[in-house]
Amino acid sequence: MAILVDEETRVLVQGITGREGSFHAKQCLDYGTKVVAGVTPGRGGRTVEGIPVFNTVREAVRETGANTSLIFVPAPSAADAIMEAAEEGVGLIVCITEGIPVRDMIQVKAYLRGKGTRLIGPNCPGVISPDRAKVGIMPGYIHRRGSVGVVSRSGTLTYEVVHGLSQRGLGQSTCVGIGGDPIVGSSFVDILELFAKDPETEAVVMIGEIGGTAEEEAAAFIQENFRKPVVALIAGLSAPEGKRMGHAGAIISGGRGTAQDKIAALKAAGIPVASTPEAVAELVASVLS
Amino acid sequence: MKIHEFQAKEMLRSHGIQVPKGGPATSGEEAVEVARRVGNGPWVIKAQVHAGGRGKAGGILMASSLHEVGEVSSRLLGARLATVQSGPQGHLVKKVLVEEAVQVERELYAGVVVDRSEGRAVLLLSASGGVEIETLAKERPHEIVREFLEPWGELPSFRARRACFALGLDGEVRSQVEKALRGLCSLFHEEDCTLAEINPLAITKEGVVLALDAKISLDDNALFRHPSWFQLRDPEEEDPLEVEARDYGLSYVKMDGTIGCMVNGAGLAMATMDVVLQVGARPANFLDVGGGAREEVVSRAFEILLKDPKVKVILVNIFGGITRGDVLARGIVDAASKLQVHVPIVVRLEGTNAQEGHRILEESGLRIHVAKSMVEAAKLASTLGRN
Repeated sequence: MAILVDEETRVLVQGITGREGSFHAKQCLDYGTKVVAGVTPGRGGRTVEGIPVFNTVREAVRETGANTSLIFVPAPSAADAIMEAAEEGVGLIVCITEGIPVRDMIQVKAYLRGKGTRLIGPNCPGVISPDRAKVGIMPGYIHRRGSVGVVSRSGTLTYEVVHGLSQRGLGQSTCVGIGGDPIVGSSFVDILELFAKDPETEAVVMIGEIGGTAEEEAAAFIQENFRKPVVALIAGLSAPEGKRMGHAGAIISGGRGTAQDKIAALKAAGIPVASTPEAVAELVASVLS
Repeated sequence: MKIHEFQAKEMLRSHGIQVPKGGPATSGEEAVEVARRVGNGPWVIKAQVHAGGRGKAGGILMASSLHEVGEVSSRLLGARLATVQSGPQGHLVKKVLVEEAVQVERELYAGVVVDRSEGRAVLLLSASGGVEIETLAKERPHEIVREFLEPWGELPSFRARRACFALGLDGEVRSQVEKALRGLCSLFHEEDCTLAEINPLAITKEGVVLALDAKISLDDNALFRHPSWFQLRDPEEEDPLEVEARDYGLSYVKMDGTIGCMVNGAGLAMATMDVVLQVGARPANFLDVGGGAREEVVSRAFEILLKDPKVKVILVNIFGGITRGDVLARGIVDAASKLQVHVPIVVRLEGTNAQEGHRILEESGLRIHVAKSMVEAAKLASTLGRN
C-alpha cells in the first residue's frame, strides 16, 4: 500500500496540450504511471504522446475511467478546471498551477465541501508513490520505494530531502507536496491522517515553512493522535517580516507564522526538528532504529 | 501589493463607505487648494507611505490655518519618514493626504483577512479602534468578533447585525456600521484583496460613521483581472532591485547581509539562507530562479545580485531535478563568464548528473568554488566573504 496514488491510479491531465502539460504527461508515462486521458477544451480528438485528448472532463472520464486529475491549466482558468474535475466525481485532483488568486481558491474550497473529492495543491510538485505511480513534476528517479512518508509545502526542498533519504537507503512510501499557497486543498493534518492508516508508512518527514499555522496544527494533531515517529524541517528562520518569500503563502504577518514559533510548537510536541535539509535523513534513521 | 491610504479610501468610497472629506497633494500649494475645498479647518495632513506607525513617527500632523496646511505639507513632502515598520532608512514622502479633522466619539476596528486554515475570508471587528489587531489578538483575543464571508464575498445582514450587537451598537449608528462592514466585505472580494482594514472606523460626535484610516493589500496573483492596478502600484515604495527582479520574472527579496544567494525553488532558497545564518553569516537576499533554472534566468539573477554593493560572495545552491546538473553547471559557467563576475562564487550542486556538473564548474577557469554540502558551501562563502 501507499497513500493517494498507486498502480490503480488512472490519470487524466488537464491542460495536456500546453508546454508543461505535454512534457510532464510524458514524464509521468515514462515513470510507469497510467496516464489515460488529456483534456484541453477545443483540442478534443487529438493525441499527445499517444494519450487521447478530450474537450471535457466528462467525456474523458466516461471514455477512459480516469480517477485522478493532474492540472497544468494556467492560473486564470485553474479554479474552473478543479471544479470541472470535481463535478465529474474525480476522486483525487492534483493541481500544479502556481499563481491562482486567493479569491478563486476560497470559491474552490466552498465548492469541494461535502463532495468526495480530495484536492492536493495548488502550487505544488504533486504526489509520488515510488515504483508505482508519479502524479506530478518531481524527478522520479531520486525516489526509492520504502517506508518513509513525506509531506511538504515546498518543491525543490522536498527533492533535496528525498534525495538524501534515498542515498541513505531510506525509501519512501508516498511523497506529497501540499503546495505553497495560503489556501491549499489538503493540509498537513489531512495527509498525516492518511499516513496513520497506511501500514507501509513507518515514519513521516514533514517539511514546513513560514506563514500560516498549518505546522502548529499538525504538531497538536501529532501529539494527540499520531503514533508513528515524525521528523520535521522548517524553512524560513532567516525570513524578514511582511515579505513574501517566493511562495504566496510564505509570509510572516503581524509577527505570526514565524519559523521560530513553528519549531517551538513542534519541539513542544516531542517532534525532532532537523537544523538543515541534509540533516533530515540522519534524524529519520535515528527515529527508525 | 500594497497601496496608499488615499487610494484605499478611494476604493472604500466607491463601495459606499464614508471617509473624511479630503484629497492627495504633492506640493504645499496643492495641499492648500485641497484644504480650501474641504472646508474651514482644522485639517489633518497625512504622509502617504507604505508603512504603518506614521502617527508616532511624526507623519500625521494637524493644521488649524491654511497657512499652516501649506507649511506642514511642505515640511513633510520630500522628507524621509522612518516608522517602526519602515526600518531606519525610512520612506520618501511624495504625497500627503489633506483631510478635514473630525470630532471622534468612539473608535472601532474593522478588517477582513483570509483565514488560511478555514479557507474562507473572515471579518474581524473590535471595540478597540486604533489598536493594532495583532496586538489585540495576542493580548485580548476574546474581544475580537469574527464573522465569515460567503464565498461570493457577501457578509449576510444577519452576521453584520450580530457583529454590531456583540459590540453593543444600536440604533442609527448600528445600521451605519452594518452598511460599512458589508461594503468592506464586498470590496475585499471584488478588488481581490488579501487584507482590507479600517482602523479606526470612527463614530463622530454627530453620529456619522467614517473610515479615518485604511490599509488595503491586493493579491498580486489577481493582477490579470485588474488592469487598473498598474496605476495603483508605486514602484518607488519598493526596493529598486526587487522591482527589477520582478520585471525579469524572478522572485527576489532584498536583505542586509553580504552573501548573495541564488537558489532554485522558494523552499530550498529559504533553507539555504537559514544555513547561511547558522554558520554565522548573513544572507544578502532571497532569490528563487525557479525549478528549471535556465541559463538566461541565471544570467539575470547574477546581474541582480551584482548590483547589490553589499554582496561580497555569491552562493549558488541548485538541486538538479528534471533539468540535469551538467546543463545547470554549463548555464552557471556561461552566465558568470559573460558577466565577468568579480566576486567569488561558491556552488553547491546536487541531484541529477551532479558529478558531471562539478567537473564542468571546476574546469571552467573561473573563480568558482565547488562545495559538497549546503553547510560546507555556507561556511566557504562566509570565509570568502570576510576577505
